[in-house]
Amino acid sequence: MDNLFNRKYIVQGLFIVVSLILLGTLFYIQVFSDKYFLSAENNVLRRIYTYPARGVILDRNEKVLVRNELVYDLMAIPNDVKPFDTVELCRIISVDTAKFIKNFKTARRISRFQPKAIEKQLSVEIYQSLSEQLARFPGFFVQSRTIRQYPDSIAGQFLGYIKEVTPKEIEKYDGYYKSGDYIGRSGVEKAYEQSLRGVKGVAKLLYDVHNVPKGSYAEGRLDTSAVSGEQLISSLDIRLQKLGEELMQNKIGSIVAIEPKTGEILAFVSSPGYDPNLMVGRSQGNNYMDLLKNPNRVFNVRPIQGYYSPGSAFKPLDALIGLQEGVIDPNTTFNCPGYFKAGNHTVKCEHIDGNIALRRGLARSCNTYACYVFQKLITQKKYKNQKVAYDDWHRMVSKFGLGDTLGIDLPGERTGRFYDASYYSGKYSKYWGYSTVISLAIGQGEMDATPLQIANIMAIIANKGYYVKPHLVKAIGRDREIKKEYTQKHYVGIDAKHFDPVIDGMQEAVNSPWGTAIGSRIDNIIMCGKTGTVQNPRGKNHSVFIGFAPRDNPKIAIAVIVENAGFGSAYAAPIASYITEKYLKDSVANNKLAQVEWMKKQIVLPEPPKPKFKLKPKATDTSKTIKLLNDQATR
Amino acid sequence: MIKQQGSRFFFNVDWISILIFMALCAVGFVNIYASVFNASESAAFSFTSSYGKQLIYILAGLVLGFSILLVDAKFFSVFSPIIYGITVLLLIAVLLIGTRVAGNQAWISIGGGFRLQPSEFAKFGTSLLLARYISNFNPKFRDIKSIATAAAIIGLPLTLILLQPDAGSALVFLAFMFPMYREGLSGYFLLIFLGMIVLFVADFLVPMQILIPIILAIGGFFVYQNKRKQKIMFSAILVTVVAIAYLFFVKLTYEKILKPHQRTRIELILGLKMDPKGVGYNVIQSKIAIGSGQLTGRGFLEGTQTKYGYVPAQSTDFIFSTIGEEWGFIGCSVVIGLYIFLLLRLINLAERQRSSFSRVYGYCVACILFFHVFINIGMAIGIVPVIGIPLPFISYGGSSLWSFTVLLFIFLKLDSNRMGFI
Repeated sequence: MDNLFNRKYIVQGLFIVVSLILLGTLFYIQVFSDKYFLSAENNVLRRIYTYPARGVILDRNEKVLVRNELVYDLMAIPNDVKPFDTVELCRIISVDTAKFIKNFKTARRISRFQPKAIEKQLSVEIYQSLSEQLARFPGFFVQSRTIRQYPDSIAGQFLGYIKEVTPKEIEKYDGYYKSGDYIGRSGVEKAYEQSLRGVKGVAKLLYDVHNVPKGSYAEGRLDTSAVSGEQLISSLDIRLQKLGEELMQNKIGSIVAIEPKTGEILAFVSSPGYDPNLMVGRSQGNNYMDLLKNPNRVFNVRPIQGYYSPGSAFKPLDALIGLQEGVIDPNTTFNCPGYFKAGNHTVKCEHIDGNIALRRGLARSCNTYACYVFQKLITQKKYKNQKVAYDDWHRMVSKFGLGDTLGIDLPGERTGRFYDASYYSGKYSKYWGYSTVISLAIGQGEMDATPLQIANIMAIIANKGYYVKPHLVKAIGRDREIKKEYTQKHYVGIDAKHFDPVIDGMQEAVNSPWGTAIGSRIDNIIMCGKTGTVQNPRGKNHSVFIGFAPRDNPKIAIAVIVENAGFGSAYAAPIASYITEKYLKDSVANNKLAQVEWMKKQIVLPEPPKPKFKLKPKATDTSKTIKLLNDQATR
Repeated sequence: MIKQQGSRFFFNVDWISILIFMALCAVGFVNIYASVFNASESAAFSFTSSYGKQLIYILAGLVLGFSILLVDAKFFSVFSPIIYGITVLLLIAVLLIGTRVAGNQAWISIGGGFRLQPSEFAKFGTSLLLARYISNFNPKFRDIKSIATAAAIIGLPLTLILLQPDAGSALVFLAFMFPMYREGLSGYFLLIFLGMIVLFVADFLVPMQILIPIILAIGGFFVYQNKRKQKIMFSAILVTVVAIAYLFFVKLTYEKILKPHQRTRIELILGLKMDPKGVGYNVIQSKIAIGSGQLTGRGFLEGTQTKYGYVPAQSTDFIFSTIGEEWGFIGCSVVIGLYIFLLLRLINLAERQRSSFSRVYGYCVACILFFHVFINIGMAIGIVPVIGIPLPFISYGGSSLWSFTVLLFIFLKLDSNRMGFI
C-alpha cells in the first residue's frame, strides 16, 4: 500500500508542474513581452486627424501668390447606400459612370462601414448643384477640403506644387504623413513644407469591437487641435514677376532680380513656365503628363538649374581681383590689336581698341584686356608656379559664389562648374599654365554658372564687396521670423574702393554712346550693366544682360538670359531695363510701352532638334573652346 | 441518535476548502460583472443581466452545497448506481430532445429561459460509480477485467457526450485515469497516454518519412539493449509497431473523419496555420487582453479589450481573459494559486480517508477540476486548442457552477464523515 500512497506525490507534482507552465506562459505574455499590450492599443485606439489649412504665400507687398480654395470630396459609406440612379448622380458630378462604379466597388471592398472618397475635389459649382440633390442619394455625403489656388497664375516653378505622398515619403518622414495626405513636391512648397503644412490635430478615440466610437482616450487629455500652416512672405514682387513672365513668354531663359542689400529675390522667372493652377485639382495628373511632353522642359527651374558660360559677366571679376592683387591699377593700359596671343592660343577680340584701360575695357568688354589681367595674375612672381597662382585665383573667384550652390531656399539648386588646379593637373599632368586656361579669363570654357550665380555677382558688385544669401522667402509666420542666415553678409575679399572703377566701366557700358548696352538706358536712372553674348555649342548664341541700378544705393541687381536670342543687346538688355524701370519707377515709361508689347510678342524658340549625324562639339575642352570663340561676339 | 448526528452536520467540514470555493465564486462574479459591464447603460443592479443571474446561481449553489452537507454520507455510496443511471438517461435524453447551441446538442430546456447541461452532471455521476466500484471490489487494475469494467463505467457517458458532439467535455473524462492510477493502474498507462499525445503532435509537425525511421531507431535501440531479456525485447517490438500504426491511424482520422473546423483548431494550436480573423480570432483576442494586463492589470472595469467587447465568449469560456486584463499577472497568479491550493488540499483530504470510496471520489473531484482549470486557462493563453469547457466556479453559467458545487460538496460531506464507515 505504501507504494500506492506515494502516487499521491506524482499526481500533486503533476498539478504543480502544470500550474507552473501556466504561470510561466502568463509571465511571458503579460510581463515579459509588450507585444500584446501594443496590440490591445491597436485594437481600441483610433487616431482621428483634423487637417490644418496650409499656409498661404504672399509676395513682398503682401499680395496673395497662393491661397487655399475649398473643394468638395463626394464620400460614401457603402453600407448606407440605397439603390440609386447612378447615371443621374454621375451627370451631376460630371464623371464617367463606369469610373464611378469602379470607385464605388473599390470602396465597398475595402470596408462597408468606413466612409471613403468616391470622387475627389469637386468644384464649388458642382457642389452647389449636388447639394440640392444629395438627399436623393442616401449614404453619400460631401466633405470639404482645401486645395491650392494661384490668383495670378504666375511663378509656377518657384512656388512648386503639392501632391499626395508616396509610400516612400511616408516611410521617410516617419509617422507624420498618412496615405492620402499632401506634401510639397517642388519649389517653395517643398522647401518650406515644415512651416506650410501646419500641425495636424489628433483626437485619440476608443472604439469597440463593432467599430463604434466609445469616447476619447484619457478624457482627451492627449488630444491636440490642428494648427494652421504658417504664412510665408516671399521676396517676390508680383508686378515684376508678372512682367518678367510676360516678357519671357515664347522664349527660353531666366530672369533673376535680387535686392542687393538683403539678398531678397524680386523676380524669379524660368521660361517656359506653366500655370500653377494646372497642378491642382482633379486633372493634376493629366496636366502633369501633358507638361512633361513639352520639349523645352517646363519643370526645369532654369534660374538655379540652367548652366551658362558667364561670359562677359565674368570680366568685372578679372578687374576686381587684378586691382586687389595690385597687378593693375585703374589706369594700367594694355594694347589690343584685336586679339590676345597666349602661347599657341589666340583669343580674338571683337574690336581693335588699341591702348585700353580698365573703364573702357569693361565698357567695351575687351577680351584682350581681360586676358592680360589674367596673365598677370597667374604669372605673379610671388607664387612658386602657375598652378599655385591658379589655385589662389580660383579661391578668390569662388568667393563670388561660383562653382558651388549659393544655398537658395529651393530644392534642386545646381553648383555650376568651376575647377581648381588639381583638376587641370589631373587632366594635363604638369604641362599646363595660364595659357591653357586662358578662356576662363573671359568666362568661357570650363566654367558654367547658373543665372542665380550670375545675378549674385551683380549684387556683390552693387554692394561693393559682399552679398547676402539670395533667398525667396523673406519672413515666416505671423511673427515675420527671418532666418538668421539671411541677415549675414558674405564678404568676397575685395576692398570697396576697387569697385568704383569697375562700376564706372559698367556705367559707361549702359550710358555712354560707345557702350554695348546703350539701348537699355533708362531716363533719370543710372544703370550699370554689361551685355553678353554667350556662345552656345548647340545652336544660336544666348543673349545675356547683367546689371544693377541705380548706381548709388542700388535697389536691384539683375541677370537676364534669353537662350538662342543672339546679341545681348537685342533681347536681354531691353528686358532687364523694363524690369528695372518697373521696379524703380513703378511703371515703364510711356514711350517704351510699344517696345514692351513688341518684346512680349517675340517668339524665340530653338529649332526642333535635327537628327544627329555628327558628333556634338566638345564644349568642355578649353583648348577647343578657344577656337570656337571666333564665332562669339562679346560686346 | 438523529439529533446527535444533526449537531455534527458541519462538525468535521473542511472550511478552508469552502472558503476557497467561495473566493473563486466571488472572483467569478466580479469578472463576469466586468465582462458584461457597459458604461453607457445604467449602473443599477439587474437580475436579468448575466452578473445578476450568476449571483442567483452562486446563492443557489451555496444552498445546494450546504444541503448536501446535511445528507447522510452513506447516501452517495448507496445511491451511486442510481445517480449514475439518471445522468446516463439525461445524456440519452439530451440527444433526443435537447436544444442545439453552437453546434452541440448539449442542453435541455427546463423552462423559464433556464437550460440544463447533463454532461456537467455526468461528471459526478461517473465519479460516484467509479468510486463505488473500486471500494466494493478493490481491484488493483492488474487484470483486463477490472480495467475493462472501469473503462466501461467511464466510457458510457463519454461516448454519449461525444455523440452530442462535445469533444471538450468528453476530454475531461480522461481525468479518471488519475484516480485509477492512484488505485493501482500501472504507470505505463499514463506514459502510453503521454506518448500518444507526443506522437500526435509530432505527427503534424514532422513528416512521416522522418518520423518512422526515428521511431524504428528508438525501438531498435531498446531491442538491442534487452536482447538477453526476451520479454522486454518483445514488448519493445510491440510498442514500436503499435506506435507506427497509431501514427497512420491519427493521420487517417485527421484527414477522413475530423471536420474542417476541428482540423483548423488543431492546426492553429500547432502553429501550422495563421488565421487571425477566423477560428484563431478568439485566442488572439484573448491573448491580447491577457497580455495587455501586464504585471498589475488595468484595474477593475478599466480593461479596454473587456469593456469594448473584443474577446468573444468572455463571460463564459474566456472569463480568464478578463482576469488577465484587469488584474494582471498578479491577479492571474492569485487565481491559479487558489486553484492549486484547493487541488493539492483535495488530494491531501482524499488521502486521509479511511474508506476507499471517499478517497477515489476525492481524487476524481481533484482531477476533474484540474483538467478544467488546465484546459480552460491553457486555451485562453493559447497553449491548448480551443475546447469550450468552463473554468470551475468562475465561468458564467448555472449548470457548470452547480455541477462543480455538487461535485465538491459531496466530497466535503464524505470527508466530514471520514471517521465513519460507509
